[in-house]
Amino acid sequence: MAIKKVKRKSTEEKGDLIKFYRDMLLIRRFEEKAGQLYGMGLIGGFCHLYIGQEAVVVGLEAAAKEGDKRITSYRDHGHMLACGMDPNGVMAELTGRSGGYSKGKGGSMHMFSKEKHFYGGHGIVGAQVPLGAGLAFADKYMENKSVTFTYFGDGAANQGQVYETFNMAALWELPVIFVIENNQYAMGTAQERSTSSPEIYTRGDAFGIKGEAVDGMDVVAVRDAGVKAAAHCRAGKGPYILEIKTYRYRGHSMSDPAKYRTREEVQKMRSQRDPIEAIRTLLVSEKHSTEEEIKIIDREIKEIVNLCAEYAKESPEVPAEELWTDIYA
Amino acid sequence: MTTEILMPALSPTMEEGKLSKWFIKEGDKVSAGDIIAEIETDKATMEFEAVDEGTVTKLIVAEGTDGVLVNSAIALITDENSEDAIDKKVSNLKAQTDTNLSKAEAKNQVKPLEENKPESNPAVQTKTQTVREAIRDAMAEEMRRDETVYLIGEEVAEYQGAYKVSQGLLDEFGAKRVIDTPITEHGFAGIAVGSAFAGLRPIVEFMTFNFSMQAIDQIINSAAKTLYMSGGQMGAPMVFRGPNGAAARVGAQHSQDYAAWYAHIPGLKVVQPYSASDAKGLMKTAIRDDNPVIFLENEILYGKSFEVPLLEDYTVPFGKANIWREGTDATIVSFGIGMQYTLEAAEQLQADGVSVEVIDLRTLRPIDYETIIKSVEKTNRCVTVEEGFPIGSIGNHLSAVIMERAFDYLDAPVINCTGKDVPMPYAANLEKLALTTTAEVISAVKKVIYK
Repeated sequence: MAIKKVKRKSTEEKGDLIKFYRDMLLIRRFEEKAGQLYGMGLIGGFCHLYIGQEAVVVGLEAAAKEGDKRITSYRDHGHMLACGMDPNGVMAELTGRSGGYSKGKGGSMHMFSKEKHFYGGHGIVGAQVPLGAGLAFADKYMENKSVTFTYFGDGAANQGQVYETFNMAALWELPVIFVIENNQYAMGTAQERSTSSPEIYTRGDAFGIKGEAVDGMDVVAVRDAGVKAAAHCRAGKGPYILEIKTYRYRGHSMSDPAKYRTREEVQKMRSQRDPIEAIRTLLVSEKHSTEEEIKIIDREIKEIVNLCAEYAKESPEVPAEELWTDIYA
Repeated sequence: MTTEILMPALSPTMEEGKLSKWFIKEGDKVSAGDIIAEIETDKATMEFEAVDEGTVTKLIVAEGTDGVLVNSAIALITDENSEDAIDKKVSNLKAQTDTNLSKAEAKNQVKPLEENKPESNPAVQTKTQTVREAIRDAMAEEMRRDETVYLIGEEVAEYQGAYKVSQGLLDEFGAKRVIDTPITEHGFAGIAVGSAFAGLRPIVEFMTFNFSMQAIDQIINSAAKTLYMSGGQMGAPMVFRGPNGAAARVGAQHSQDYAAWYAHIPGLKVVQPYSASDAKGLMKTAIRDDNPVIFLENEILYGKSFEVPLLEDYTVPFGKANIWREGTDATIVSFGIGMQYTLEAAEQLQADGVSVEVIDLRTLRPIDYETIIKSVEKTNRCVTVEEGFPIGSIGNHLSAVIMERAFDYLDAPVINCTGKDVPMPYAANLEKLALTTTAEVISAVKKVIYK
């Protein structure tokens, strides 16, 4: 079966579509490279790949404005690349070198960028949800019009602190978009085995928070939902929930035995719903781009990723004295 | 028959209160359940009901009287008309209440003994203040100085603070900066940490640090570790504060001392003041500090008065212990409410001819090791005093440091006086046994000096 067609027609979107394609492809290739480097022993510990979920962050970044903030869990490489952080710094953090965003002291799960308003990179499932509401609290306190994109998974959606946060975010009308990236598996536990009601986007109902489900394999649909949610927050109407249905092709982390789902299930998603292939097909079928033009983009991305892998390998080891810095400000 | 109406105890730690208002006057008839007075405790202002019926024959304590001791007679209700008998009884009771009042005053006035402290420097003017007032003043001063400082927690605003520490702050700073939360410690601690990442300077009040257990993941994993994990890019400049340790008869889940727990964590700073002047100076330092600070207060100390320097901007630095009294025979190291037992013990030991040097650590992270080591090198003996559980206590840690750095100076093993290794019991007699006592401190000192 062919890739499900993303139904978009407008020619004015050509620039956007090409950017979506580029940004999603960068994440895909970056993550594939990270997987390789992990296999070579250059990346250690936990490494959670974002492959399959690229349309979520790329779509939502298209809805963000300057000054907007974002915060997420440990599956964070895609979010960093999508908000414009330097792939070299991200990859060098994965290899634990001094050129990494956290000087090698954070690792895959803990990177931050004040400049890009990226607030991590958090390893405790669900903990980033109140933190994200806190970022929005600061925006409201300082009376600017920024919005915070607070990402968490379907697994985290069962943590108690998420609902403590929903309550306060609604009560205080905080400008926060709760983005639930529902990739259908909380580590190895399928949603139907962990979650009593499958419509996670309705979980704000009890607090008066509007929510909607979005096709997370369609980057344009994600962007449109993001624009709507951000407008709601910027208008001072309080929080908004987007449950974005997506799928992770790879394991939970690099050490996932993948016993909880079939190879066929994964293969079916890849062949029928891949968000990058969908945009590629659209670009060609609508004659926005030629195959040749797309190949040029592919080559550029490959080059960026190869260079960042080189940078991450060559970046010097962290000096021993760094062990004792940044403990106190 | 005449019945005495006694000053009620309306909170676990209440020893005295203010009779702020009478709703009855002499000659009124009252029935059980009638509201007869308004009483202000250390925690709140409460209405007080009559439990007997009869005619109010005498209001012994005048409206507006402060420092009325619990269980002292405040009024008489009777159905007899023997004026003489009543007058006699009233004058007796009044004399008794007056003595009680002056006793209460004397008990609550403590003067620090150390000489280099501003409050003991005759050139610096001081005023007598409770620890509660000192903490509130410190917060108010810092909130006036810095717009990004805000206070958040349960009952901090409209209720004026569960222990009245935030009294008046809502009026002065408004609901934007003095924020009542739902009962949801994990959530609001996380929101405060997030706001600190984005540049605000929250003061998070826990109604008691026992409730911080609900939020401990956000305190440790988010607030304390982010600066390091981000390679120095962002951290959480904020204060977590509230009463810590045992109050009085509140049972196992409301009585724990978390000093050692939080002092364990790199990335946190931990403060546990004893005096009002330290509470004020350290709180101002805590709010200005760019790191997460755990500020451990004590419910029993809230109402205690000390001299606080009248300086426009009085701060006390972290990592500097205070020598409360100098001595030559043994060193006692303590902090927070442990200082109360320590100072009592030192006083009694002095009468026995034993000269004790008393060190108040004030901050538990960083700890002023230098002052301790220097003192132990002089006295050659050391006792530590705290209310927390014994295993992994601050005293255990100090013992190890003293052993490593001053082994050759020690003439006796270091003894740790701590709370007992049991959940806090409710029964009054058992609770006393579970806590550290002055007698235990005295006996520990005698043991290390082999007397």
